[in-house]
Amino acid sequence: MDAILLSRLQFAAATMFHFIFVPLTLGLSVLIAGMETAYVRTGKELYLRMAKFWGKLFLINFVLGVVTGITLEFQFGTNWSRYSAYVGDIFGSLLAIEATAAFFLESTFIGVWVFGWKKLSPKAHATVAWLVAGAGNLSAVWILIANGFMQNPLGYVIRNGRAELNDFMAVVLNPFAWQQFAHTILGAFCVAGFFVLGISAWHLARKSHEEFFNASLRIGAGVALVASILVAVQGHFHGNEVARIQPVKLAAMESHWETRANAPMYLLQIPGENGNVLEALPVPSLLSILAYNDPDAVVKGLNDVPAADRPPVVITFWAFRAMVGIGTIMPLIALFAWIKRRDIAKHPWFLKLLPWAIPLPYLGLQAGWVVAEVGRQPWIVHGLMRTSDAVSPIAGGQVGFSLAAIIVLYTLLGAAGFFLAGRAVKQGPDAAH
Amino acid sequence: MLETIWFLLWGVLWAVYFALDGFDLGMGMLKPFLARDEYEKRVIYNAAGPFWDGNEVWLIAAGGVTFAAFPLAYAAMFSGLYTALMLLLFALIVRGVSFEFRSKVDSPGWKAIWDGCQVVGSFLPALLLGVAFANIFQGLPLDQNQVMHGGLLDLLNPYGLAGGVLFVLLFLSHGALWLSIKAEGDLRERAASTAAKLWPVLAAVIVVFLAYTWFATKLFTNYMANPALFLILIVPVGGLVMIRVWLAARRFWAAWGASAVMIIGVTLFAVVGLFPAILPSSLNPAWSLTATDAGIKASSSPLTLAIMLGVALVFVPIVIGYQFWVYKTFSSPVTREDLEY
Repeated sequence: MDAILLSRLQFAAATMFHFIFVPLTLGLSVLIAGMETAYVRTGKELYLRMAKFWGKLFLINFVLGVVTGITLEFQFGTNWSRYSAYVGDIFGSLLAIEATAAFFLESTFIGVWVFGWKKLSPKAHATVAWLVAGAGNLSAVWILIANGFMQNPLGYVIRNGRAELNDFMAVVLNPFAWQQFAHTILGAFCVAGFFVLGISAWHLARKSHEEFFNASLRIGAGVALVASILVAVQGHFHGNEVARIQPVKLAAMESHWETRANAPMYLLQIPGENGNVLEALPVPSLLSILAYNDPDAVVKGLNDVPAADRPPVVITFWAFRAMVGIGTIMPLIALFAWIKRRDIAKHPWFLKLLPWAIPLPYLGLQAGWVVAEVGRQPWIVHGLMRTSDAVSPIAGGQVGFSLAAIIVLYTLLGAAGFFLAGRAVKQGPDAAH
Repeated sequence: MLETIWFLLWGVLWAVYFALDGFDLGMGMLKPFLARDEYEKRVIYNAAGPFWDGNEVWLIAAGGVTFAAFPLAYAAMFSGLYTALMLLLFALIVRGVSFEFRSKVDSPGWKAIWDGCQVVGSFLPALLLGVAFANIFQGLPLDQNQVMHGGLLDLLNPYGLAGGVLFVLLFLSHGALWLSIKAEGDLRERAASTAAKLWPVLAAVIVVFLAYTWFATKLFTNYMANPALFLILIVPVGGLVMIRVWLAARRFWAAWGASAVMIIGVTLFAVVGLFPAILPSSLNPAWSLTATDAGIKASSSPLTLAIMLGVALVFVPIVIGYQFWVYKTFSSPVTREDLEY
């Protein structure tokens, strides 16, 4: 196999694995900081125990997110050196700002958080928790501004054979980047909400630590409900932005082939790379309405896009369906949990179901990023640089070796982390280790 | 001017990274030799506990600044040193995880796995960073299209390996000094005597490496053109001498500080010798990737360099400030009550 395909697979593997851990870090860090503040305000021991129990799970998750993040920064240079040379003037500076302004703060204070329980006052410790949470979310801002440049390049000029910065504020205020940030962060809060909800339900179904997990479940249900509603509503506006800026991606998301006004959506549709294999039960004008909030809007079809400029349609289509499907189920589950939060013990079937809902937001986020990244192809920077022009001049064998090593190593580490998290969950609060 | 400032800042970031992460990498390598029982092992893990993650970000920052300020050099360096960097990465990954996972299960087998990860994950980065930088000092086979020829085995030439040995020794000594601060009782005595035994070896290797550098690289060209620059050598040499003096006086903080100053001095001595090249080409000096117009200019645009300078001038002092606070807060020796890992 050639270096380009292997490099793409490696980037996908490394990024998707990294992104198993990041959303929980982003969301749960804020919940833990909130629990510590609640402890400082009320003096209730329960909140401190909560911060420690959820904090233990947080740390197992956090370290895997941190170490796999280093891979991502390295990979632009190792595997995508032509990309790095071409857009490094802009993209590189965003990564460097992320490291200096946010990642330093997060990584320095996570150590203080772990080791500072006895050395710091509860108030100072809670402040440290907020610093970790704030810095993590600030990191996400800069990373998504960097990704936003790949989706919707702004603020550059082509000079000296490369893209050079000419308007920093345009890069930073890129509306597409901020839509992605909002969508990702809200998704991350869905992950944290369903995580707390599912684990609390697991214990409540076994009637263990009921006071502790009833209180946790209420927090989880509230966060899951608010985040899953907001992510769906905001997702609609994010979709409008995609339609406006990346009409080809939108067409692939819907496997939409004929450019037309009053574009319908099909209730029954099987996509193909050269046209739909099956389309039936059209809902008139629905696609025009969803994409542009106007039934008469013209939606561009893939037939008007040269085949070389089309993303893989089947993957983009199904990933989008998976994301939207999950996004529809999540608020329903969260709403039921919220309504029944005070007498949830009367619904044992629901307590048994909730742990199985934990993977849903994870899968939704992964699917959403598949839409964003696969749907952007064949471009590495939309409209500016093709992925095939971006790869390093390296031998496929080297990449094959590193890809295999990453898969083996990550699988082992992931298994160890899953084992530890499972153990910590079963031990429950107040365990020694 | 901006390019020159960024070249120096680039050197400073690497120097600070070596001076900080150097001690926890060093302790990771020393652990199997110094710890006699499970408690002492845990003391060593916890001596790095509150610091290692923050230290490692200096590597991310150094890599990020290479990308931001000298994208062509970042592209050529990271793709050209592909396999070495992947190994460095895997080592740092298992090392980081070993801190967090090791103490979570009370089983000797489980702990042995992570102990192994910690040792390998500390030794490989020290060795690979030394090998990589020594190869940069002597020049890499870069062609006119910034493509590097040769693979991992070509890096393992005598001078490259000498650089690897130097880094491993620097970090071992630095780690032994840190453990002299953070451990108590027998373990502290063993750490201090290890540091004392390492000192003459380290001093000899530094002298040999400097002499070898004279023959194997062009690092001394800048110094011969401007002999006043040789004054920089006062920093590493002074640091080296003061390690010995303060170690004998059992002033461990001062000795560790001298070691940090020495590591920074060694790095800056090399970086000043490299200027203006970030990646010298061994094939043709005109193909070297440089900060200025001397070779192939690798720098970012003036606008990017100016914005990044503003960011660095605001945030780097803040980072140093809060990291200093963390070191101060956790400066006392590790006791049984402090064990979190």
